[in-house]
Amino acid sequence: MRRFIQRNPLWALVILVAVVIFLWMIFAIWPEWLEKLMGDSNKRTFVNAILNGITQGALYFLVASGFTLIFGLMRNVNLAHGSLYLLGGYIGFEISDATGSWYLSFLVAFIAIGLIGIALQIVVFRRMEGQELRQTMVTIGISIVLADIILWIWGGDFYQIWAPDWLSGPVTTPFISGIRSSGEVVYIKYPSVRALILLAAIVIGIGMWLALNRTRIGMLVRAGVDDRDMLAATGVRVQLVFVAVFAFGAGLAGLAGVVGGTFQSLQPGEDTRILLASLIVVIVGGMGSIPGAALGALLIGLAEQLGSVYVPTYSVVLTFLIMVLVLAFRPQGLLGR
Amino acid sequence: MAVLEQQGRGAQTPNTVAYWFDRLHPATWLLILFLLFVPAFASEFIQNQIFAWAFILGIIALSLMFLAGYGGMVSLVQMSVAGLAGYMLAILGTSAITDISLGWPWWLAAPVAILIAIVFGTISGALAVRTEGIYTIMITLAIASAFFYFTRQNYAIFNGFTGFNGVLPPVFLGVDWGHPTAFYYLSLGIATLCYLAVAYVARSPFGLALQGVRDNPRRMAALGFNVTAHRIAAYAFAALLAAIGGILLVWQNTQISPDSNGIPWVINILVIAVVGGLGRPIGPFIGALIFVVLSIFALDVLVAIGLAGERFKLLIGLGFLLIVFFSPDGVLGLWDRWRSRWRRRETTDLAGQGGED
Repeated sequence: MRRFIQRNPLWALVILVAVVIFLWMIFAIWPEWLEKLMGDSNKRTFVNAILNGITQGALYFLVASGFTLIFGLMRNVNLAHGSLYLLGGYIGFEISDATGSWYLSFLVAFIAIGLIGIALQIVVFRRMEGQELRQTMVTIGISIVLADIILWIWGGDFYQIWAPDWLSGPVTTPFISGIRSSGEVVYIKYPSVRALILLAAIVIGIGMWLALNRTRIGMLVRAGVDDRDMLAATGVRVQLVFVAVFAFGAGLAGLAGVVGGTFQSLQPGEDTRILLASLIVVIVGGMGSIPGAALGALLIGLAEQLGSVYVPTYSVVLTFLIMVLVLAFRPQGLLGR
Repeated sequence: MAVLEQQGRGAQTPNTVAYWFDRLHPATWLLILFLLFVPAFASEFIQNQIFAWAFILGIIALSLMFLAGYGGMVSLVQMSVAGLAGYMLAILGTSAITDISLGWPWWLAAPVAILIAIVFGTISGALAVRTEGIYTIMITLAIASAFFYFTRQNYAIFNGFTGFNGVLPPVFLGVDWGHPTAFYYLSLGIATLCYLAVAYVARSPFGLALQGVRDNPRRMAALGFNVTAHRIAAYAFAALLAAIGGILLVWQNTQISPDSNGIPWVINILVIAVVGGLGRPIGPFIGALIFVVLSIFALDVLVAIGLAGERFKLLIGLGFLLIVFFSPDGVLGLWDRWRSRWRRRETTDLAGQGGED
């Protein structure tokens, strides 16, 4: 960080000023001219959009981290990832509907989709190793088939997974939205489900980082990302690593499906939406990089939510613009190598 | 590739009419005759909903085949380029949405629409070629989806969810081109032109250089070819084809909406091109015909064997999977393999030693 400041003093200054302004906008009480500047919206809208953006980013991170891990290790652009997400969501719905347990639905969705991932890796992708384009085409075919099977079973209705009761209310955030004339301080409230999801995503993210950087399995995976052939040549059973990573990445997608089904909804078409979001996240963050996926997910989530509040009909353009800028100046992604 | 090189060598000789007559395979002549006389026996539904539609989808898939087969770049943005051309035709020309449409005559609106779509396709290509190989598919898919969501979200220009209807084919030379038979010949003629254009460009110095870039970019760069420029130029040419297809598509449907260039259609174009075969320009048209016939008759077939008619997509998906699994070069590849096996058997039967194949 010090080196960055020494090398680019101007950019460091700009970033610093932006961060200070942002923090001030979040913590201070907005004066009237600022509300006018932001299109006659108050601070609550702004902070809510930021929080929603971060939560959305958390969901994207859950999906995209599995995607990027699979790509980084196996060079397999798994375009069926969105279908795995949706399938996981529906499985989670069925479980929570049948047993009434929200927590169990996470576990079952993770395991079920992980098993499907293992089957895909062993039955399909192992046969066409090294043929990247063909693998990608196969994943497209699988996503078409899965999407239709899902439509067959669950139809075109909306589904929502209900969170347990203690999560139904809002939590109070430490951000002040204003001070009443009586002198009472008003804090911004936020749905506790979303707060929990955000927390869980952070925990999973840190856990993945630790697993990748501090454990033997993580070491194997990192080595595989760098040079698959050398890893195999050192006597590691690289196929086992592949299966494990594919299962874990797919399982994360299934888990994310339950998350998405809880705070958004499940319906046909969500699979492509999530797939595309994770594509853009991974392109922006850098292929194969977990921190990149986190950064990209945060950026895209924020851009989406802020965009839909302040420039409603052009919010997609905002997301797209981020991708174009990254591709133009850093084709390998922000944190890619 | 051997076929292609043979064709390439053949093109060097002078092309008189008699020469072409001799050179074309009798089967090709039969095909040409058949296509010319389709309206004589087929119903208007078959002319318009099967053949014309297959030609149009074939043109759009042809642009993908050109990029993927000769340039090695699987671009999923072609349907969006076609969609933008259609949208621009509706916006600049006439449609039922008079608030937005500018009402230009078709001979002005169509070329400008194609031009805008080419600019869009070229810029997308310029973005996509900044990375290589498998990334192309991701970036172009992202661009295509952004375009879809944008057209659905934006009401000022693209009229949001509903899109445009009442975009009628023009009337000129005293012919109403909206009539099924006239439209059949229009799309047949344009599809033939596009096919010939791709066949010609593939053998031109540019096309050969592009194939060199596909096979070994570093070597081509060392030989002094500008690799990036060749790739972007390929995108521009492909965008021209896709835009023409898009114009025809909006004339055929007389309407365009975000769903016309949604992700399912983006994927369908890929399916068509891959199922037909990415090796030769005739592939996409074969793929399109299969796709169209399946999509129209699958319902009846599925009901006949006791499945729900809506499972058509499952059929398409499974068919696509089978093709990718067992014949990555599509139906054309199946045909080539079958023919070479048949020939080999024939030569062994004759006890000849000439194993040129």
